[in-house]
Amino acid sequence: MENILNFINTNQQIIYIVILMIFVGIEIIGKVPSVLHTPLMSGANAIHGVVVIGAIIVMGKAESDNYLALGLGFLAVVLGTLNVVGGFVVTDRMLEMFKKKPQTSKGA
Amino acid sequence: MELNILTLCYLIASVTFIVGLKMLSNPASARKGNLVAAVGMAIAIFATIFLYEEEGKKLGNYLWIFGGLLIGTIVGTLAAKKVKMTAMPEMVSLFNGMGGACAMLISLIEFNHLAHQIQETGNEDGHTGKVIIIVLGLIIGSVSFAGSMIAWGKLNGKVKDFSFTGQNILNLVLLAVTLGLGAYLVYNPAQSFLLYIILSMSLLYGVLFVFPIGGADMPVVISLLNSFTGVAAACGGFLYDNKVMLTGGILVGAAGTLLTILMCKAMNRSLKNVLIGSFGGNKTVAASGSKDQGAYKEISLADSAMIMSYANKVIIVPGYGLAVAQAQHICHELEKILEEKGVEVTYAIHPVAGRMPGHMNVLLAEADVSYDKLKEMEQANDEFKTTDVVLILGANDVVNPAAKNDPASPIYGMPILEVELAKNVIVNKRSMKPGYAGIENDLFFQPKTSMLFGDAKKVLQDLVAEIKNV
Repeated sequence: MENILNFINTNQQIIYIVILMIFVGIEIIGKVPSVLHTPLMSGANAIHGVVVIGAIIVMGKAESDNYLALGLGFLAVVLGTLNVVGGFVVTDRMLEMFKKKPQTSKGA
Repeated sequence: MELNILTLCYLIASVTFIVGLKMLSNPASARKGNLVAAVGMAIAIFATIFLYEEEGKKLGNYLWIFGGLLIGTIVGTLAAKKVKMTAMPEMVSLFNGMGGACAMLISLIEFNHLAHQIQETGNEDGHTGKVIIIVLGLIIGSVSFAGSMIAWGKLNGKVKDFSFTGQNILNLVLLAVTLGLGAYLVYNPAQSFLLYIILSMSLLYGVLFVFPIGGADMPVVISLLNSFTGVAAACGGFLYDNKVMLTGGILVGAAGTLLTILMCKAMNRSLKNVLIGSFGGNKTVAASGSKDQGAYKEISLADSAMIMSYANKVIIVPGYGLAVAQAQHICHELEKILEEKGVEVTYAIHPVAGRMPGHMNVLLAEADVSYDKLKEMEQANDEFKTTDVVLILGANDVVNPAAKNDPASPIYGMPILEVELAKNVIVNKRSMKPGYAGIENDLFFQPKTSMLFGDAKKVLQDLVAEIKNV
């Protein structure tokens, strides 16, 4: 019990972030028209590519003779970048098609 | 000073993620929103490379880092630019898997690092929190990776639905054992070989978890795996006390989970039902579906052209067949030529038509179909009563009346487009084969319905030519 309380106390900043972000995430998605579900999923997909930052940190910290860490870290950076870049580009391609919409439909 | 700038960069990036997602939820600002998030991401990545330090030491191995970034960027851009609009869902699933694999690798390396430390100091204590995060990141990341790869293979037809009796129980046992081993490892971090067992079991679980799920449920699974990867990324945020990874990861985790639930709601099913009660595994379906096939009638192109030209109101129901045939442009042409003849043409979009929610909207938008011609399900269902002709292009399960009438059907309860309310229904399909859910569709055997077989693009081209002659 004390362990848990201690954990909450030392990590309270992070716990606050997690809780608030859960609400923000839910709040944002709640109002999305179904038209945008696919691009939105794809955009969110690109955003969780932040995991590449972890890969960069791992890579940058690795000793230059630790080939296992270097190899795996390199692979992680490549895959993470794929997630980020591919995700954003795919999303942009999908959304490109919505561009002309306002002129034809709403005129605003 | 530099660390303060890094903190500021992370703060900016976190804000851009939130603002970007927010803008993505509005058609007018969506594209800008994507760009905003991308810029934030770039800031966060470069700030990390140049400003991050740990215990006073900067990051090294720049050559490796930039090499990786360069390769990832080139391959990612090419893949994303080259992919056909129809293959978008697979692509999203593939990129999602890459993110999961990235999280998985980070956990592997960090654990190795930790294991070395433990070996050198001989001290097992004080790592509990770190090990929990590493193990969680590993399990979630690898399930997401393996699952996404299977989902990708399924969507492009390389992997078939596969299930066997007791699979759900096996899955649960596998998950429980994996988590149990993880918990054991947390208390005995010196047993580092366990990590590899956990890794292989998580990968296997990811595969088995997606294998039996088929039919219209694939978007739900991809969305779920998307939120998994978000949580895996957040684990990395915990590990490095990195706020931008934490915010980005949790944001996607929460948003993805809600999106998953919204999709389930659109199909009127619970998430549990989607994950456990898989379409493919239901044997009674095949039996009940195959017995009472009546006769169906075919219609010629000329007749179709005739009744459509003289209709007052035509509603087009697009489905996956339209996407496969790349027929969105010719479909728009059909719409224009009918409008010239004074026919009112609209589109009825089922929320899960195609392979992903919004799939049809994206496709039709590509062909410049006007936004206000796309009717959502409730709206369309009100209009079918006054519609002369419904033209179904490669859609099947989303117009199957069994979802309303037959409690034994596996899609029972899913809201459908009630096309049978219209005066005439023309169904374009390549053959009488059942749709993605693998069940027969009574609609095709109803007296109002006529079948127009053929590839959607070819049929529409001929139809446009015929209508011009009418």
